[in-house]
Amino acid sequence: MKVLVAVKEVAEATDGFEIDGVDIDRRHLAYGLNEWDEYAVETGVRVAEQFDDAADDADAAGADTEVVSVTIGPERAEETVRTVLAKGVDRAIRVWDDDIAAAELDVAAKTRLLAAVAAEEEPDLILTGVQASDDEFGATGVSLADELGVEWAAVVNRVEVDDALARARVHRELEGGVEELSEVDLPAVLTVQVGSTDPRAASPIGDGPDAEPIERRGLADLGLDAGAVESPFRRTGASVPDRGVSTTYFDGDTDERAAGVADLLRDEGVVDG
Amino acid sequence: MSADGDVAVLGVADHRRGELRDVSFELVTACRELADAVGGELHLAVVAGDVERFAEMLDVEGVDAVHTVDEGEEFNHDLYAAATAALVEELDPTALVMPNSVNGLDYAPAVANALDLPLVSDAVGLSYDGGLEATREMYGSKVETTVAVDEEPFAVTVRGGEWPPTDAPGEAEIRPFAFDADESAFPSRVLGFEEVGGGDVDIADAEFLVSIGRGIEEEENLDLIYDLVEATGATLSSSRPLVDNGWLDPARQVGQSGKQVTPDVYLAIGISGAVQHVAGMKGSETIIAVNDDPNAPIFDIADYGVVGDLFEVVPALIEQFE
Repeated sequence: MKVLVAVKEVAEATDGFEIDGVDIDRRHLAYGLNEWDEYAVETGVRVAEQFDDAADDADAAGADTEVVSVTIGPERAEETVRTVLAKGVDRAIRVWDDDIAAAELDVAAKTRLLAAVAAEEEPDLILTGVQASDDEFGATGVSLADELGVEWAAVVNRVEVDDALARARVHRELEGGVEELSEVDLPAVLTVQVGSTDPRAASPIGDGPDAEPIERRGLADLGLDAGAVESPFRRTGASVPDRGVSTTYFDGDTDERAAGVADLLRDEGVVDG
Repeated sequence: MSADGDVAVLGVADHRRGELRDVSFELVTACRELADAVGGELHLAVVAGDVERFAEMLDVEGVDAVHTVDEGEEFNHDLYAAATAALVEELDPTALVMPNSVNGLDYAPAVANALDLPLVSDAVGLSYDGGLEATREMYGSKVETTVAVDEEPFAVTVRGGEWPPTDAPGEAEIRPFAFDADESAFPSRVLGFEEVGGGDVDIADAEFLVSIGRGIEEEENLDLIYDLVEATGATLSSSRPLVDNGWLDPARQVGQSGKQVTPDVYLAIGISGAVQHVAGMKGSETIIAVNDDPNAPIFDIADYGVVGDLFEVVPALIEQFE
């Protein structure tokens, strides 16, 4: 059985960041693996391990297991991809070229790129994080499922795949402490929620000189052209949000600030003494 | 009110286990504003469950028509995606607006892709002047961006709690929408629900919450917070990572997947203020935040702030009550 995990290298705003035009000034961005995708990777590796274990006892449908990651990102993202390889992914694909670099990568564009990779790989299960922590769209996984004409489930925190690879039982984390239990036919795309598993640390394997090379694909390799990444979206502004709340900051040394908070709590009548 | 002009906006209601969710009425407000800007009618759709009762409740000011899809009992994404797509084809709206709820995330992107509509998700503001411009947050709510969409029709999902609800009675026409679905043939099935995070603490009733986040770093460090709770008589709550780590009971979790709280005072310590957390506590009367990152989004909603290391501030605060 094969699992495809779509992961993203995300940008994080560093302390004291500044806005330049319609985005954060690049000098104030730090890059790393999207937190949600870390859980998607762990989930994928665990599902594959279960099939490996099952294959030892019986002739299960998914005797040969493989976990493949796909990421859309520039060369810089290979560092993040290496992290994923060190967390149990067997093979990695990175999609990028000049046309992709020049595009505003919206949900539809990412959907087309990932769908082309999925069509090549023919996975039984596709996993990705619920959302990326930088652009917070939360839509690519479900959009990809529709594009591929397969099933899906969003905001999943538990997955059980049946031995015959016919369906998956999932828990979807709804609002307010309620989970939905659902069953989806396979293949399917699941978007994985944080906190769902306990992600393993990166092992040094996969980092060494014998490491598997990261496979690269451009639009032409995927049978696409620049039209696939055209977008009707235009970023028109960026600012630090002003929610109309003016915050009163306590000044002074630590004791003075603590005294300020203590006086406030007394004034609010929520503490005595 | 007659509903036979151009449909500017089709909004889809959100309900679960027999109750319309609050976001449905907030979505009406967002949709009506957008429909006025586009110039046309606002239609709503309600799919599955007791649709007639839901439609009567959704008949609020500014809604021109409510379309009911009387199929299924509960949310199922295959049903929602198919019914919504069929309604869009029938009504041809300029904008399709869905909630950015967990269930919204489970069908909106599929509908948008199937109909080839550009999708702006998790909008916190919408304006229209010949084209859509949506406001969204990025980078863990640290930055607000505006994005223009040069294509129509388009799809949007709106964040809960960003628009006031509309609840004044309306004069909408309620129209059953003939949509045949064979649920037994759907490739997905909802089997049931499970309550998590019961527990015996009721943080929702507390008037003073001391809430602790990722900034605490290690489980052992929680002793410091227990001391503060004891010194102040507060109730302890937390953000998600502490519950995920198994350090605190799920009953103490504030936020989208945890509980909604509205205490007199919410003292957030080492909590950055991710949108999922803020969704559960922004109704607090007074919010005080302690965080070492001056850019932490929690300060955007805090009435009072201390920028500083919690491992210095909290011991000093405990001392104030000894």
